[in-house]
Parts: sequence; C-alpha cells; structure tokens
Amino acid sequence: MRVLGLFWRNLRRVLREPLGLVGFTLALLLVLSALFADVMATHDPIGLSVMDRLQDPSAEHWLGTDQLGRDLYSRVLYGGQVALQVALIAVGAALAIGLVLGMLAGFGPPWLDNALMLLFDTLRSFPTVMFALAVVTLIGPSMGTVILVVVLTSIPTYGRLARTQTQSLKHAEFILAERAMGAGMGRILTVHILPNVVGPLLILASMDIPVVITIEAGLSFLGLGVRPPTPSWGSILNDGYSFVRNSPWPLIAGGLPLILTTIAFTFLGETLRDVFDPRIARER
Amino acid sequence: MSDTVLSVNNLSVDYRTERGAVQALRDVSLAVPRGGIVGIVGESGCGKSTLINAIIRLLAGNAGITGGEMIFEGRDLLGLSPDAMRRLRGDRLSMVFQDPMTSLNPVLSIGAQMRDLQYRNRVSRREKNRRAVAMLEKVGIPDAPSRLTQYPHEFSGGMRQRIGIAMALLAEPALLIADEPTTALDATLEVQIIHLLQALQRDTGCAILFISHHLGVIAELCEQVVVMYAGRVVESGAVRDIFHRPAHPYTARLLECDPARIQKATRELPTIPGDIPDLIHPPTGCIFRERCPHAFDACVTPPPWRDWSDGQRALCHLEARP
Amino acid sequence: MTLYLLKRLGLGAVIVVIAVTLLYTMIHMVPGDPASVILGPRASAEMRAALSERMGLDDPLPVQIVSFFGDLLVGDMGMDVFSNRPVTTIVFEQLPYTLVLIGAGVSWAVLLGVPLGCYSALHRASWLDKVVAVLSVSAIAVPSFVVALYSLLVFAVALQWFPAVGAGDRGDLTDQIHHLVLPAFALGLGWVGYLARLVRASMLEVMGENHIRTARAFGLPERVIVFRYALRIAILPTITLLGVGIGSLLSSAVFAEIVFARPGIGKLIFDSVSTRNYPIVMGSVLVTTVLFVICTTLADLVNAFLDPRVRASL
Repeated sequence: MRVLGLFWRNLRRVLREPLGLVGFTLALLLVLSALFADVMATHDPIGLSVMDRLQDPSAEHWLGTDQLGRDLYSRVLYGGQVALQVALIAVGAALAIGLVLGMLAGFGPPWLDNALMLLFDTLRSFPTVMFALAVVTLIGPSMGTVILVVVLTSIPTYGRLARTQTQSLKHAEFILAERAMGAGMGRILTVHILPNVVGPLLILASMDIPVVITIEAGLSFLGLGVRPPTPSWGSILNDGYSFVRNSPWPLIAGGLPLILTTIAFTFLGETLRDVFDPRIARER
Repeated sequence: MSDTVLSVNNLSVDYRTERGAVQALRDVSLAVPRGGIVGIVGESGCGKSTLINAIIRLLAGNAGITGGEMIFEGRDLLGLSPDAMRRLRGDRLSMVFQDPMTSLNPVLSIGAQMRDLQYRNRVSRREKNRRAVAMLEKVGIPDAPSRLTQYPHEFSGGMRQRIGIAMALLAEPALLIADEPTTALDATLEVQIIHLLQALQRDTGCAILFISHHLGVIAELCEQVVVMYAGRVVESGAVRDIFHRPAHPYTARLLECDPARIQKATRELPTIPGDIPDLIHPPTGCIFRERCPHAFDACVTPPPWRDWSDGQRALCHLEARP
Repeated sequence: MTLYLLKRLGLGAVIVVIAVTLLYTMIHMVPGDPASVILGPRASAEMRAALSERMGLDDPLPVQIVSFFGDLLVGDMGMDVFSNRPVTTIVFEQLPYTLVLIGAGVSWAVLLGVPLGCYSALHRASWLDKVVAVLSVSAIAVPSFVVALYSLLVFAVALQWFPAVGAGDRGDLTDQIHHLVLPAFALGLGWVGYLARLVRASMLEVMGENHIRTARAFGLPERVIVFRYALRIAILPTITLLGVGIGSLLSSAVFAEIVFARPGIGKLIFDSVSTRNYPIVMGSVLVTTVLFVICTTLADLVNAFLDPRVRASL
C-alpha cells in the first residue's frame, strides 16, 4: 500500500511538468491502444482486399489502405503491439543482465571489473544497425533477432551505470557495517545495493524505450525484422516507401505513430530524469 | 575633481528571494580618498561581497539597489549605462579576487589573458607583451618573459594571486578593489602579498579598497577602516583609533576574539555568542542588540551616528566607549 | 602526454582485435558448415569444398583467426565470391560516399546546433530558449529514417524541389550537392537537438564559473567573454559527443542511403545482407567498427590536446 502511495506521489511530480504531462498522456494512450487493439481495430489487419488498394482516408478506412487493400488504421494499432512487445522484452532483458553484470563489476575483484569493462567496451563499439545486419545475415530475420541485437548492444549502457552506482555505494557506511557483521557478497548485493541501483536504471530504461522501438521499426523497414504479414510500423513504412508515388497515406500512417511514440516516451523519460536527478532537482 | 575617488552614500541593496526580500545592505556609506587605502572588515555574511558587487555594478540578477548613490571620480555610478560602466571596469576601476585557483581562465595562457585586458589600447601585440612582462616582474614573478605562454594551472596559488594583482594594475586604475585577496593563502604568502600591495600602491598612487576578515592585515595595510555587521556599517575611522579605542561594542568584541591577540594559552577561543540576525526580518532598532553585552533599553530604537575624535564614528547609543 | 597517447591507442587496438574475433567466431556459431553459410544454399558441393580449402575453413578455429588477422594486416579481407573482386576494394570504393554524407550531416548540425545552444544559454528562460528546448528533445526523439522518408515525400515527391534518387553526376559538383541536401538534412536533424542541448548546458556551467566573473570585472566586452572565454571551454564536451556519435551516424547513414538510393557502405551492406554475401557484410561491418573505434579514440585525444588542464593531469 505504501509503495502505491510512493508511486502516486512521484507520478504527480512528473505530471506537474508540461513535458511530463504531454509525454505521459500520449504514452498512456499509445499503450492502451496497443493493448486494446482487438477492440479498437475496425478491420482485420492482414485481411486483403486488392480492389480497395491505396485508397485515401474515408469513413470506412480511417487512414486509408495499403497496396494490398489492408486497412492502415488497424495495421497501425497492431503494429503498436509489436513495438511494445519488442521494447518491453528487449529493455527488460538488457536491464536485468546489465544490472547483474554491473553490480558484479562494481563490487567484485578488480580482475572481474576489468574483464567486464573490456567486454562492455567491445559490445559498445559495434554500431547497432551494422551489428544487426551482420547478425541477420547469419541467423535470418525475425523478431527474436531484433531482440537479441538490441539486448547485446544495450547491456553495456545499463552495466556501466549499475557499476558506477555500485562503486559509490560500496564505500558507504551502512555497507561497511553489514560486512563487519559478516554479510556475504550475495546478500549485500541483493538486499542492500540492488534497491539503490535499480532506480537510475529504470530511468535509463524509460529513455531507452523509444530507441528500441526505433531500432525495431528501422529493421522492419529494411525487411529484416518481424516477418510479414505481421504488421509493424516499420513494414508499413516500407510499403509506403515502395508506393510513395502512388499514395502518401501508407507512409504517413506508418510514420505518425512512430513519431508520436518516440516523442511521448522521450518527453516522459526526460521528465523522469529531471525530476529525480538530485543535482537538477536542487536548481528548481 | 575632488580628492575622494569613491564615495558611497546610504547605499541599500535587497535580494529578492522566495522567502522575501533579504536586506543585504542598509544605508552603507564610505569614502575612499585619492591614493588612500581603506579597509572593510566584518564576518562572513556581513555584506562585504554585496557591497563590492554593487560598486562594480555586477550584482546578481535577483538583487536590486533600493536606495543611495555611489560617486566614482565625480560620476554617478547608478546613472551610467551598462556600456559606460563596462568601460570603467578594467580601466579606472579594477579588482583582485579572493580565489586564485578559479579566477583565471584555465584554457588561455597568462599572456593571452593579459593581452586581452589591454584591448582598449591601440598598441602592437609586442608592446602589450612588453607591458605584461613589466608588470609581472613588478609583482615578483621570476623569469617573466617565458611565463607568458604558460597556463594558470602551472603556477602556485601565491603566484596566481600575484598575477591577479599584476592584471589589476595593468589598467593603471584610480581604484583597486581587493576582495579578500589573501584569505586563500597561508600566512607567509599573505605577508608577501600585503607588502607587495603596499609597494605597488606607493609606486602607482592608486587608491585601494581592501576587504578582509583578518584584522591583523587590515591594521598593517590600511589607513582608514570601515567595520560592517549584518549589512550595515557600524563603525568607521582611522585604523589606529578603531583598533586601539573601538567605539562600537561589535568592534570591541571582534578585537577581543582575534586569535592573534591571545597572550596566554587557553582552552577555548573567545567568540561572540549568537548568530547574525535574519536579514529578511531584522530586529527593530540596533542591528547588533541581540548579541551586544552592553545593550540597554534605548537599543530598541535605531541608534544615531556618534562622532568621536578625528573622524571616528560609531552607530551606537552608548555615550562612552565600551 | 605520449604515454597517454600510447595507452589510448593500445586500448583501441585491443578492442578492435576482440571485435574482429567476435565477428569471425559468429560464422562458426551458426548451424551448418561455414562454407554453406558463406556461399548460400545454391552452392554445389565442389564450390563448397574449394572455398573451404581456399579459406582454410577446415583448420582449427584459433589457426583460422590468426591467419585472418594476418591477412587483415596486409589489407586482405578475402574475396567476394560473386564478383571475384577483393572485398577490400569493394568496401573502400563505397566508403567515401558515406563519409561525405556523414560529413555534410554533421556540418549542418554543428552550424545550426551550436549557435542555438549558445543563444539559449545566454537568454535562459526566454521564450526562444523554451521553444528550442522542446524542439531539441523532439528532434532527438524522432528516428532519422522517418525524417528521411518524410522529407522524401514532401520535398522530393510532392514539391519536387530535390532529387529522390542517387548521388548525382560524378563530374558535376552542383548536382552532387543537390542530391546531398535531403539525406544530409535527415541525418543531421537529431544532432541539431543533441548539440543545442549540450552546448546550452555546457555554456551555462562555464558562464557561472569564477574566471568569467573576473573577465567581466575587467570590463571585457560581452562578445569576447562569450566566444573567447566561455565557448572555448564549453565546446569541449561536444567533441567527445561527436566522436562517440559516429556509431549512431553510421547507423543512420545506412537508412539515408537506402531511402535515397545513394551509394555508400550502408547500401552495400544492405544489398549484401539480402543476398547473404557474407564476406562483404563482414568486411563492411569490420571497417565501420574500426572507424568507430578510431573516432572515439581521436575524440579523446583531441580533447586532451585542446584542454591544457587535461594535458597537465596526464
């Protein structure tokens, strides 16, 4: 119950900022529309109707149709599901793994720290999309490939933050007290360090979501992401690109949700960071 | 052209904050004669910095001058445009700052900074360098010509302060304001800097306004001194008079608490009990009455200026010296 | 200073070595034998055997990796099996186009972003500052390939102000610039936001420092204070940002090249991925990774060079 109160209080702080309000509302709308796509969609997203191809928006098709006569509005809604799925799984996995590795690097012996840091630096030295292309060449395109690439290239970011946080906590008094009483590394890490490290990582995650959604859309745009006919905003954009001289609507339909989502989550993430960063908070 | 280079009359400055207006300065008056050395002494928070910033018109954004005037070389400083004020700075008026570590630009060489200061003079770069070198030598920097290309972090604190003084004097100002220039230095360096300032002042004839909380230094260097407390001047006069026969209880207590005066070994250093008053809601009457050992019933009314000998005056109800 | 240089280069080299090893090992982590992976499903048994022999794919892995490095050092990244030309040649033919695109994108981002950031810092809390702040965050958020697609739609297809395809005639500079405008715009837009924000924060920090107060107290003109004293220091973090940003710039370039059908490494990789032309993909990813490491190292070194304080602490 107390956790709920804490959550609500923090939420109010975020909503007080204009950017935070806009970001949160938009993000909420997008998440809801993805969750309730079944209810909100007007047509079957993969239902073909070649006679109705490339139509402009109308009462029947709110955003028009694509080159196979599929309703763009419904495809966009279901594309949102794909985007969110990838975002949550990829960010969740990267955060979890980065957290564990970072804590180990920060708390463990120097050789482990050095080894992990070298690993992080190496993973970070691959431009994400390039790396994704290499991996796709090897194991073929799929949602799983996208998630794998994103996780691998994101781990270092979470890892470094977790490590820095752990290092600064390592020398805190209460930790020393625990060690003096014989607490082992495992216990210290899980019970004492973890709760303090998770916060900043969650803020980082919220800023990472739009990035991950972008990567998924980008790879799907290249035809290297989710397999058709599953709708993804990226693949809608691809259709739009191929048929740009016939109708602007697929392009507009694919890009609009992507723009709104990335702006929404970025606004939200920025506000979270501003509100919870002690340095910036002091200047208010 | 009178022989007062700076006269501040009844200056009042407020800071606008969320909790209310902070009365940082109230009715502050002082006069610096041409070629004279005047000291301002007081604890932290007494308004010394605010006063300096007001004089050079570089107060913070939330500060406002609510009363009084400042006349510098016959010109009303408050009536000057920002551009006219800027022209005075670094020309007729210059400053030496407290912290030598951070008051010089870290990514430009000393030579570059000293040349920049001479931007008003239409002389060649070589001439500017020559003047810079001459000034560095005057303040006692050894091997001056080769130092011009060095960066601030390559000098020690004492040297950096000397460079600061050199920069201030490059301008050949009428008034040099020194804001606690020796506070960040150790005792031996402090003595050197003071002697340097004395020598330079004799040489150039500029006036010096010297701020410090170190009584010994004020006594050594200055002719006149102004004692400030909580944004007000409480006593002013000749150094000799003030330090031997203080007319204000605060000055008297300051002198008693000066560690340099302690003759015999003691376990506790004397202090003035209490804290400086809340400047948003200052007490009525005398600003010092809550900490004054001689306070009596008249002190709840504003005290008058009482004149003692030879220009010494104190803002106090007492009719005899404490 | 030289010690730092060597250490930094050494670290860079180590990272490249590990990255290359990782990439090379990936072939062997894939199910099926490497020759099939490289040649694709249409290869015959003889072709596979010949390739295995030529590339030494039957040797134990460590031997292969060492010989791969040996080849790398003399600039040999193998042969493209389809066109029978060296991979190195193919990759370096396309690289300049990408570099030009990235250069153009970064240039316009710097030309607009730095002054905007400076202005915002000097006019803090003005309405322009707030507008720039919101626009910066939005520019950073929106994916660059979406910007590319929309500019294609609006400026090339609808308004027809700029060409939609290609890099222009080789001999004609004006034509090439004409073709460069939209892709460079798309690439740089997000960076305008990054730079404006970073420069603003940096300037605000520097302008509050004591040495700026000293400069003011000496009556130096505001323009000198801003540009010579403050900006000089504030600009340093930007260099690091740009160095590290090469990675994301390379990724964005892939999309820009595909959307506008321009030649370059991005297009090369994409086409090769589609045909599963593994040596080309490997070679391209290798080159871009090395480029990335070089840029980050360079950014660090430039920073050390420009800031005398950093130089002194080394």
